[in-house]
Amino acid sequence: MNSAHAPVASTTPPVNYLNATHGIKSWLLTKDHKRIALLYLVSITLFFGLGGLFAGLVRLELLTPQSDLLQPETYNKAFTLHGVVMVFFFLVPSIPAVLGNWLLPVMIGAKDLAFPRINLLSWYLYIIGGIMTLAAIVSGGVDTGWTFYPPYSTSSPTHVVLAGLGVFVAGFSSILTGLNFIVSVHRMRAPGLAWFRLPLFVWSHYATSLIMILGTPVVAITILLLAAERVFGLGIFDPARGGDPVLFQHLFWFYSHPAVYIMILPAMGVMSELVAAFSRKNVFGYSFVAFSSMGIAVLGFVVWGHHLFVSSQSAYMGLIFSILSMLVAIPSAVKVFNWTATLYKGSISWDAPMMYAIGFIGLFTIGGLTGVFLAVMGIDVHVHDTYFVVAHFHYIMVGGAIFGYLGGLHYWWPKITGKLYNEYWARASAFIIFVGFNLTFFPQFIVGYLGMPRRYAMYPPEFQVLNVMSTAGATVLAVGYTLPLIYFLYSLVKGAPAPANPWGAKGLEWTIPSPPPTENFLVTPVVTEPAYNYNPGREVEVAGR
Amino acid sequence: MHAEHSTHGHDHAHNPNLQHHFMDMPHQQEASTLGMWIFLVTEVMFFGGMFLAYIVYRTWYYQGFAEASHHIDLFWGGFNTVVLICSSLTMALAVRAAQLSNRRGQIINLILTIVLGAVFLGVKGIEYAAKFRDNVVPGRNFEWHGTDAVGAQIFYSLYFMLTGLHAIHMIIGIGLMLVILWMAWRGRFDASYYGPVEISGLYWHFVDIVWIFLFPLLYLIGRHAPLTF
Repeated sequence: MNSAHAPVASTTPPVNYLNATHGIKSWLLTKDHKRIALLYLVSITLFFGLGGLFAGLVRLELLTPQSDLLQPETYNKAFTLHGVVMVFFFLVPSIPAVLGNWLLPVMIGAKDLAFPRINLLSWYLYIIGGIMTLAAIVSGGVDTGWTFYPPYSTSSPTHVVLAGLGVFVAGFSSILTGLNFIVSVHRMRAPGLAWFRLPLFVWSHYATSLIMILGTPVVAITILLLAAERVFGLGIFDPARGGDPVLFQHLFWFYSHPAVYIMILPAMGVMSELVAAFSRKNVFGYSFVAFSSMGIAVLGFVVWGHHLFVSSQSAYMGLIFSILSMLVAIPSAVKVFNWTATLYKGSISWDAPMMYAIGFIGLFTIGGLTGVFLAVMGIDVHVHDTYFVVAHFHYIMVGGAIFGYLGGLHYWWPKITGKLYNEYWARASAFIIFVGFNLTFFPQFIVGYLGMPRRYAMYPPEFQVLNVMSTAGATVLAVGYTLPLIYFLYSLVKGAPAPANPWGAKGLEWTIPSPPPTENFLVTPVVTEPAYNYNPGREVEVAGR
Repeated sequence: MHAEHSTHGHDHAHNPNLQHHFMDMPHQQEASTLGMWIFLVTEVMFFGGMFLAYIVYRTWYYQGFAEASHHIDLFWGGFNTVVLICSSLTMALAVRAAQLSNRRGQIINLILTIVLGAVFLGVKGIEYAAKFRDNVVPGRNFEWHGTDAVGAQIFYSLYFMLTGLHAIHMIIGIGLMLVILWMAWRGRFDASYYGPVEISGLYWHFVDIVWIFLFPLLYLIGRHAPLTF
């Protein structure tokens, strides 16, 4: 193939999973987890662009205190669609369905996930759900906020049912991915790959999958009850018919709070891989990091009540949920401290993935600590539904989940595509994203603490300076997000062929060619050493510089 | 794809039903059974959301729930319970027949299972028709002659959601059984390969068990004492 003239030709096999079969049908009907991951990558990127477009509209409207660019009704639709698209069609599937799908079977030394056909089905369900939500957008949008709270959602004249059922269908895609991961980790590990030899990426995906299978069905039935209420006139959440809207909030957050951990846990898994690879050390306290993933998954299910501090929940229940919510800080802090300890005396290199990893540690710490503030009832009552909350969860969702996603995408891009991207531009974009992100969201902490509520198209003029800063930051962020799109696509055409192990990293995925053959391993690997068995002090030559 | 044949290092002849990424048939069987159990966990959570709503509203509106529960026909509910328990027996016998490579036993028991499932749905149709006739369908000219119309309407909302979703699961189950029957007819299953029969059976039993909970929760509220209006 084209690599025949390159100096590293021997590592790039002529037949790999990308060129083994040709034609659109070979992609749309593939059962290869690596190709399905790429189907997800393309579709998720499209939804990310769509969600980003709505975010841009929101930020542009908030440039001025008046409601001038968008009418309030349109503004309500813009922030709703930003939330729905970003949460259900980007953040939840992003790392698991792209990187997890591609890497999990490889990391456990398997030829594929346990159920390849179900894996493909999950992508189709994602696309069907996405098309339903797109149809809701095109036919006029939804204005309830991504949380679909009744009683407004039972009476809103917009397309709540269509958008809600889109989320319902996409939820099943998430359930099937989680199911596939759990069975694969239990049943498909290579000989010698004991649980405590698994890469931490696999542990975090296992924990994520548990949340997916236990939480997602609950939001599915909640949305279905809401849809039945609108379509058939059943009375379940509508207070006019004797129902309880707070019950909806309980059911909704029983999923949607753990869903935050669906978004962040896989990013934490990526982090452990990056920090180990770029400081050339074993992850400090491996088993603590592994158990902290499970701890976050379990605790995540008992903290939903902190979304209901001002929703008529009793003070005693609030107290318990407050304490339980603070407990989540413990496994989260274990991870942050252990990554930091891994850096200590490590041989650190500042490649683009590592820049994202270091950015993640700082931003996640800010997002996590402000989460502890919000778990305190007194503070929460003050800043509830303000931009303080918006800033807090964007530090987790963007500063955490998206930094992890982009860091992982850069780290494994040579493995996935067999091409090296431009390191200079990759570092530049990591820096631009970091600056743009902080400029966008840090002012929101301040403006929220000063009392600016979320979800309004208008605000008092004294908040304008901070809002202009935020909108300026969003512009920088948009540039930062566009750059990887350009240099990744460019690398597919003009990038140098990647060797099997461009970073000199440990892990089964780096023992196979880039890109690997369809069945990953020509001979089933036998694992004889723990994960991250780096040899500190011995400099490893890193290709591609 | 190209290297597929060289990737299997085993000497023994392959069962044609073995997929390429599993080591052997027990490996494949274990994985698919575990997968179905995990799916059933998600189903428990799915129905669990409605059971939570049931607990809350039954506590709030006990009078309305008891009135409405007295209004639905205990005979048909009990009849359907017996029908589903019988279908679980025939399903278990079908799995046993597959494990013993008994093609005739599989076919007879699968047909019985499908027929019992269809009888259940038919009875459910009779019950639903009665609800429409009596105007106790929420959101559609709901009329209530008891003391707690609000509670009764919420009861019937949950009644239709719970039994409706259960019925959809039954319809999916019957579709699944038709596929399994067709495969059994063609002699696809024997002692070395019966995974699809077994995991479809797991699903069938789960749907039965949901009904075992629904029957007392919906039909038997306050039946121990006469209701005072």
